[in-house]
Amino acid sequence: MGRVSVRNVSRKFVKDEVTQTLALENIDLELEDKEFVCFIGPSGCGKTTLLRIISGLDTPDQGEVFIDNEKITSPGPKRGMVFQEYSLFPWKSVIDNVIFGPQMGGVSKKDAMVEAEKYLELVGLTQFKDSYPHELSGGMKQRVAIARALANEPEVLLMDEPFGALDAQTRNSLQHELLSIWQKKHLTVLFVTHSVDEAVYLADRIVMFTARPGRIKEVVKVDIPRPRDRTSMEVNRLRNHLLKLLSEEQQK
Amino acid sequence: MVRVGFQNLKNKGVEILSIISALVIWQLIAVYVVQNKFFLPSFTDVSLAFVSVVSRQVDFPLSFLSFSMDIPLPVLVVDLLFSMMHFLIGLIAALAIGMPVGMLMGWFRSVDRIFDPLIEIVRPIPPLAWIPFAIIWIGLNPFGAGFVIFIGALFPIIINTFTGFKNIPRIYVEAAKVLGCNTDRDLIRQVALPSALPSIVAGVRIAMGVGWMCLVAAEMFGVSKNGLGFKIWHHYYLHNMDFVLVYMLVLGFLGLLIDRLLRYYLEGRFLKWRTGVVM
Repeated sequence: MGRVSVRNVSRKFVKDEVTQTLALENIDLELEDKEFVCFIGPSGCGKTTLLRIISGLDTPDQGEVFIDNEKITSPGPKRGMVFQEYSLFPWKSVIDNVIFGPQMGGVSKKDAMVEAEKYLELVGLTQFKDSYPHELSGGMKQRVAIARALANEPEVLLMDEPFGALDAQTRNSLQHELLSIWQKKHLTVLFVTHSVDEAVYLADRIVMFTARPGRIKEVVKVDIPRPRDRTSMEVNRLRNHLLKLLSEEQQK
Repeated sequence: MVRVGFQNLKNKGVEILSIISALVIWQLIAVYVVQNKFFLPSFTDVSLAFVSVVSRQVDFPLSFLSFSMDIPLPVLVVDLLFSMMHFLIGLIAALAIGMPVGMLMGWFRSVDRIFDPLIEIVRPIPPLAWIPFAIIWIGLNPFGAGFVIFIGALFPIIINTFTGFKNIPRIYVEAAKVLGCNTDRDLIRQVALPSALPSIVAGVRIAMGVGWMCLVAAEMFGVSKNGLGFKIWHHYYLHNMDFVLVYMLVLGFLGLLIDRLLRYYLEGRFLKWRTGVVM
């Protein structure tokens, strides 16, 4: 199960006694199991911070995060994460990157290898399993990063603008692949993005953040059936609505 | 094969010409200008001296546990073996102590704060200034010489290991954490060490260079009757300046060779993944 509850979370960054930034203020959010949720908001609004708090890499100053009623205090293998930067270990080959998580969890190398092949197949990179990260393109690196996160069989997959650094075509095809992976696996996905198009194409629900300090401005339910047509009337209507909300925030 | 070799030689024409010209000029100056074998031995004097140290044999006392025997070997080879022994004692000790210290300082802020002031005070002391204490603490034996080389090699290893650990990209540590690698021990072994390895290898190279520089002085104070550095002083006292120059050149070439071997071996073996990243 992957039910995520964020309860009254605030996070303040203290530089020195005078300069403090309130990144998140009183965030309350409930995510259903197997839901695909996108976070969107003006840059610097704390959406990445919230994701990091849910992953356990950051701790809130106030409030708590629960996954299936279990409080999160530190990072753990039940929450996979895909970063915006390329995070593959450059000293490990593709397959060794993918088996890293399972091996840390005590799975034997032989069993992990067999499993890892499946995940590489899922992202279409079986033939590159012995390559090193520097030999891969940006899109391929992020595919491996997804396979590596999935190899731990997480209940929640946290994605921090994973396709932000990719070109438009690669991004579109990876969005499509991500949806098909999400439909095959039992996964709750939390996806931070700055692209309205991306959010509308992917999400069950879109959480819109205000400008700093980040608060939830609106939660938009997306009822358009998948596969979604990126240029249909209803998609455009929703995009229009979201863009309006976003520009309200950016003008503040 | 021969043709490829010939092609290589042809491409290196300028370099080869440069070396040959230097040798010719040296020979001419020594024979016609200086005209004093003590002041400047000529290239031919040095070559003859080299032949002599290679052809003359002495017994090398090999002992291993209770087993011991004397093996006749050329003088130069015996000196080389003794020097390598001193060098390796120092270097291995420096690695065994410097790497863990550098790693702990780089990983734990508190360890850094404890060791940093001490290291900064001791580090500027030239390794050769430790010779009196090397003699008193350890005595006139190979370990005494090794100690001086150890001091020279220790700090580059500590500092480069430390720097490597300080510069680990945070993203790798965070990626490892969310994948379930959470203890300090696992993070150091799985992430920090491989990520810092290029810097550590660079430190070992510097350390070997400094250690090699310390070798002559380390052997000077009479730790053994053999060794490349010892022989420089030995022949100086005998006024055999051609032999002094032979040992100087051997030290130079050997230093070069060790550095090249290390580069090709370590970088080929451990740092393959870096091709295309930095170099």
